[in-house]
Amino acid sequence: MAMSCPLNRYLLLMAQEHLEFRLPFISSQETYGKSPFWILSIPSEDIARNLMKRTVCAKSIFELWGHGKSPEELYSSLKNYPVEKMVPFLHSDSTYKIKIHTFNKTLTQEEKVKRIDALEFLPFEGKVNLKKPQHIFSVLEDYGLDPNCIPENPHNIYFGRWIADGQRELIESYSVKKRHFIGNTSMDAGLSFIMANHGKVKENDIVFDPFVGTGGLLIASAHFGAYVYGTDIDYNTVHGLGKASRKNQKWRGPDENIRANLRQYGLEKYYLDVLVSDASKPSWRKGTYFDAIITDPPYGIRESTRKTGSQKEIPKGMEKCPESHVPVSLSYHLSDMFFDLLNFAAETLVLGGRLVYWLPVYTPEYTEEMVPWHPCLRLISNCEQKLSSHTSRRLITMEKVKKFENRDEYSHLLSDHFLLYKGHNSFREKYFSGVTKRIAKEEKSSQE
Amino acid sequence: MKLLTHNLLSSHVRGVGSRGFPLRLQATEVRINPVEFNPDFVARMIPKVEWAALLEAADTVPKGPIEGYEHDEKFLRQMHHVLLEVDVLEGTLQCPESGRLFPISRGIPNMLLSDEETET
Repeated sequence: MAMSCPLNRYLLLMAQEHLEFRLPFISSQETYGKSPFWILSIPSEDIARNLMKRTVCAKSIFELWGHGKSPEELYSSLKNYPVEKMVPFLHSDSTYKIKIHTFNKTLTQEEKVKRIDALEFLPFEGKVNLKKPQHIFSVLEDYGLDPNCIPENPHNIYFGRWIADGQRELIESYSVKKRHFIGNTSMDAGLSFIMANHGKVKENDIVFDPFVGTGGLLIASAHFGAYVYGTDIDYNTVHGLGKASRKNQKWRGPDENIRANLRQYGLEKYYLDVLVSDASKPSWRKGTYFDAIITDPPYGIRESTRKTGSQKEIPKGMEKCPESHVPVSLSYHLSDMFFDLLNFAAETLVLGGRLVYWLPVYTPEYTEEMVPWHPCLRLISNCEQKLSSHTSRRLITMEKVKKFENRDEYSHLLSDHFLLYKGHNSFREKYFSGVTKRIAKEEKSSQE
Repeated sequence: MKLLTHNLLSSHVRGVGSRGFPLRLQATEVRINPVEFNPDFVARMIPKVEWAALLEAADTVPKGPIEGYEHDEKFLRQMHHVLLEVDVLEGTLQCPESGRLFPISRGIPNMLLSDEETET
């Protein structure tokens, strides 16, 4: 980005959802916290459009022509906007319309018309076309975030030329509610797109999910043109057999498997393969061929954490995986799982490739030092999503910055770092301890 | 299971290490699955392919990547067919060192091994 090029200012209108995940997606110069209005400096309109082709967090982007804390401030700001930048969109051959958006307040039609009339001083020479205008201009009035306390006057008013909308409709079109094949822990569509964006998934990439489940995370990557692989230790899930996760449905139908999910969205050509495999004992040959590893490992709550076990362990707490006749152990410690995941990512990601995964955390004991670390991977972002009063999960994004040399080289380094996370092996107990206490409390108070 | 996948899989039976690659493929049921041709993706995969392993698994494969393959549509279409359209539905993958068999059923390989069988 050449520093001599003057940056244009754009107004990004964010959706009020997944607030914790909005910031790392766009490295903005100031933090906006809860406000849906973000002002960004972007070198070109093309970049702004490309941003909108990926994001599910932003509703729209506008080229910012003026803003202020009152109508007068807005008008004077508009008068200061260079006329030569306005003229290409206002000339006599063009058509346009002006929209008024208000946030946290409703205006009457009359009030809206008054505001449009007040903009008459702008050098509009084109014709108004309400149906299919070439250019859309918007006035956005910000009346704050508290629906119980709506101010008389807006806090901020913005005026801009509409450029593009974000990909919010993907959340609806890829909704888990309509998906053919789901599991108990299928990821919300919006979050799966956010994860694909954190992974910088692009066309012709190969993306891998080692805890693929029903393949929800693969769908988002395939949507962005990546070819996808998945593995899971659960034979039934990978084959699309067994009990259904939908209420009122007993068994899974023939159309319920990962491939069918991709087919549902016209993305079947991106399906490479899925395998029944233990993520702690991967069967991939030596080499770097994944552009991104995007996954939601089991936390041991709604799905058990498992790895293949030993014949000697058979008597207690065992499950036999019918088709493979391989014993499955129920005691895969969480910290070991992340250790294995990071090592695997360091070994098989291309340089610059990304690992995106969820890390379950017991909030009262959480510290940043607990986030698993690896000498070949750099931490890019760490976003928290609350699950309950004392647990949350963190979306961790890491990028491979160093070539992987030798597995043994890292084991002594990593063991110290993982000591901190080892406390989380009892994540399952801690999660349930809060639940049982609350239930006991509720029962007690209902009896009184 | 596609032949591209076969090219990336290795046996992780205890003690075999890199001699676990490539797995010996025995296919009892194969289907040709038409997949939309994407020359950019195929061209991207060519450098990642272990050619000797591919020649073992498939008959009609060029002996190796040719000069200027990125723009050779005929070559890329051939590779596209071999890597992505040949689908092994039933069969086995065998560890060349230990002889251990990994079954493929409904197009899905099962790579699970017990603790005793895998590397420490």
